[in-house]
Amino acid sequence: MRRFGPKLATAVLVGCALALGIAGQASADMPQRGGILNFVVGSKIPSYDLHKETTFGVIHPISPFYSLLIRVNPDNPQSATDFVCDVCEGSVPAPTNGGKTYTFKIRKDIKFHDGTPLSSADVKATFDKIIFPPEGVPSARKAFFKMVKSVEAPDDSTVVFNLDFPSGAFIPALATPFNIIMSKAKLDQDIGWYAKNVMGSGPFVFVEHQPGSFVSGKRYDNYHHKGQPYLDGYKAIAAPKMAVRLQAIRGDRAAIEFRGFPPKARDDLVNALGDKITVQESDWNCVLLSTPNQQRKPFDDARVRQALTLGVDRWGGSKYLSQIAIVKTVGGVVYPNHPLAATKDELTKLKGYGTDLEASRAEAKKLLAEAGQSGLSFELHNRGVDQPYKVVGTWLIDQWAKAGMKVKQRVQPTPPFYATLRKKKDFDVSIDFNCQSVINPIADVTKFLGSAGNNYGQYEDAELEKIYDKLLRSGDEAEQRALMRQYETRAISDQAHIGVTLWWYKINPHRSYVKGWKIAPSHYLNQQLDNIWLDKSLM
Amino acid sequence: MYKYVVKRLLMMIPTLIGAAVLVFLLLRAIPGDVCEVRLAGTGLYADPAEIELCQKSLGLDKPLILGLDTQFTDFVGGYFTFDLGESMWTGKPITYEIGLRFKLSLQMAIMATVVAVAIAIPLGIISAVKQDTWIDYAVRAFSIAGIAIPSFWLGIMIILGLLIFTQAWLGEPWMPPIDYVSPLEDPWRNLSQLIWPAVATGYRYSAVATRMTRSAMLEVLREDYVRTARAKGLMEKVIINHHALKNALLPVVTIIAIEFAFLIGGLVVTEQVFNLNGLGKLFVESVGNQDFALTQQLVMLVVLVFVFTNLVVDVFYAWLDPRIRYS
Repeated sequence: MRRFGPKLATAVLVGCALALGIAGQASADMPQRGGILNFVVGSKIPSYDLHKETTFGVIHPISPFYSLLIRVNPDNPQSATDFVCDVCEGSVPAPTNGGKTYTFKIRKDIKFHDGTPLSSADVKATFDKIIFPPEGVPSARKAFFKMVKSVEAPDDSTVVFNLDFPSGAFIPALATPFNIIMSKAKLDQDIGWYAKNVMGSGPFVFVEHQPGSFVSGKRYDNYHHKGQPYLDGYKAIAAPKMAVRLQAIRGDRAAIEFRGFPPKARDDLVNALGDKITVQESDWNCVLLSTPNQQRKPFDDARVRQALTLGVDRWGGSKYLSQIAIVKTVGGVVYPNHPLAATKDELTKLKGYGTDLEASRAEAKKLLAEAGQSGLSFELHNRGVDQPYKVVGTWLIDQWAKAGMKVKQRVQPTPPFYATLRKKKDFDVSIDFNCQSVINPIADVTKFLGSAGNNYGQYEDAELEKIYDKLLRSGDEAEQRALMRQYETRAISDQAHIGVTLWWYKINPHRSYVKGWKIAPSHYLNQQLDNIWLDKSLM
Repeated sequence: MYKYVVKRLLMMIPTLIGAAVLVFLLLRAIPGDVCEVRLAGTGLYADPAEIELCQKSLGLDKPLILGLDTQFTDFVGGYFTFDLGESMWTGKPITYEIGLRFKLSLQMAIMATVVAVAIAIPLGIISAVKQDTWIDYAVRAFSIAGIAIPSFWLGIMIILGLLIFTQAWLGEPWMPPIDYVSPLEDPWRNLSQLIWPAVATGYRYSAVATRMTRSAMLEVLREDYVRTARAKGLMEKVIINHHALKNALLPVVTIIAIEFAFLIGGLVVTEQVFNLNGLGKLFVESVGNQDFALTQQLVMLVVLVFVFTNLVVDVFYAWLDPRIRYS
């Protein structure tokens, strides 16, 4: 008779261990309720009205008090196309009426923190304030909604957006995290009420704001996403200096910083704390640009501008700069991971993106010689911020020097930097940037249009405007993609109006006990904190 | 005495007016404004019409000086109506913004002064009494190091030291709290946050005062009346405490008072290093935001503190040295 005893016992033990392990893993991944999340914020709160503000300094501490109509899927924030309902019901609706009408059903179980029900009237009042603000009322993202003709609320639970023309830019614009739902009653009482007060329907209820120090919130028990939020509350601590934010995580005064750290800071934290630190990384919907002033000679000459872009080794820069700065990915005008972005093959056909660096630099020198500008000398205007402005600026100067150009750098603090860029316009070539929240390429690429309010190159290009107009009105993805390539080739290669340097790279080291939060491609996104929980076994 | 104080108070008025004009003009000479920083500073698209609207709402479209309704009349007019205005950045009353930070800055200034005096006076006396001995050399090296080491660097070293040593000894790195709690609410937490910057600042502050105490004591110890006291057979302790120290303190008090006034609004870098929400940090933020309204009032507050502290010191002299009389 064969004896199975020891083998069977071993098998049973291994099976039990595996089962327990899996169960343990499953329970470890189950959200736990309770705890206060402390996080650090490197910017300041100008006012509480997110409709008129643009800084993450308001988004991080204030947006957890509010709901949105739709939002980037908090469990899949890396996707540029995955939007889910927040106060609306079901999934994000498809358009009707040839892409010109969007009808949203609003949930009936949502209440503001003051106990009043949230209805379609509140959603309409919110978007009327954003899209059609009364005279004298600021709205920072009004221009995102140029396609919207009207917003209607035919009944308590329906909101209808009527568009002038179909646009692929509408839904991403709607999901912008600044579009918090406000109470119509409060807006009727005083349209500026939300600048100085906080009252939303989000996962947390406002507790206290000590200006310059912290904002705190506590769990809203009637939050409409059942079971959430998991945290008892949170404290957003203001810490303008990066060193303080970094040490705060190290010393566990804060568990996370949502904007991002440079690679060295990540390495320092990991070296000091090992597995007590988890690192999440992502491409970032933010890019530094070099903008030549086309009202100044010789930058009115496309050959000179092409030489500027040809002189830059983006592929090499990506490899080395990503070790010291928050930049990494080589890309064109569109956020690199989006379906509308250029592939590597498409990129290498653009001037300045070739892999044969010597050939590119030789072509740059040849173009400069043809334009009568051999040994071109100019000044690079830059912003006095280390990451990544000064790092990238210094790198550009070195790159241009290798292509035979002599460049000096003029660095200014933020206010005079803007004054130079926007008002005085007394620069040769300036560092500029394009940072957005929701990835919305059709809206984001307007930066390259000479007519755009945030374009400082001082040029007109009717052909580029024509391509963009077709792109804006196209509802077909394949056609959008083809048009985007035409647009990109003209903007950054043929005319080289603006040089794209490297796309930013977001690095978020955080305490390992912070669970549920997933890094998004923007520091503005996924900040309602309703899916975050703290693993007490790791605290 | 009373007339002297009133006269000094009246003399503050032209000083304050001069400072107001100067700060108003200098701030306007900086290119850019708060609306540019607020709406376009993060790189997001900013509609020029929105920037214009913002400038109008803050009165930045008004003429600077010439006329009845100007930015200058708005600024100066506030003093007559006891309304310092609102921060251009937060929209909150400036009195609220300053009041919130003032208590922390005042506490920091007091704590740093206590640390400085506790170090400076005994060390200065010992150094003078033990002149040219190894104790004197050690104290002088200690005080010179205090002058040479910037307090922000010392602050960074303190934080790093705490993180490294607590991790080595306790297994978990520890650093002081980075959010302020009032001493009335939680005295221990308040102390554990403020004691470190108080030490970092107080050490530098004490270095100057130590050297001043030492040189003043050396001078006094060579005076005839000290020699007479010794000849009378008085104990050395009595001679130093009752006869020498009081006379030697005159210049030391001046230094301590000026430093104290400086600490109220001047702890710019130390407050950043320890993330203290004080007036120095507010100063940096308001300048960075081009918040003219707030920066102007902060400068005026610092001017007022300096002028007032000088007056208090002058009055204090009379108590220290009864020979001083004011007319």
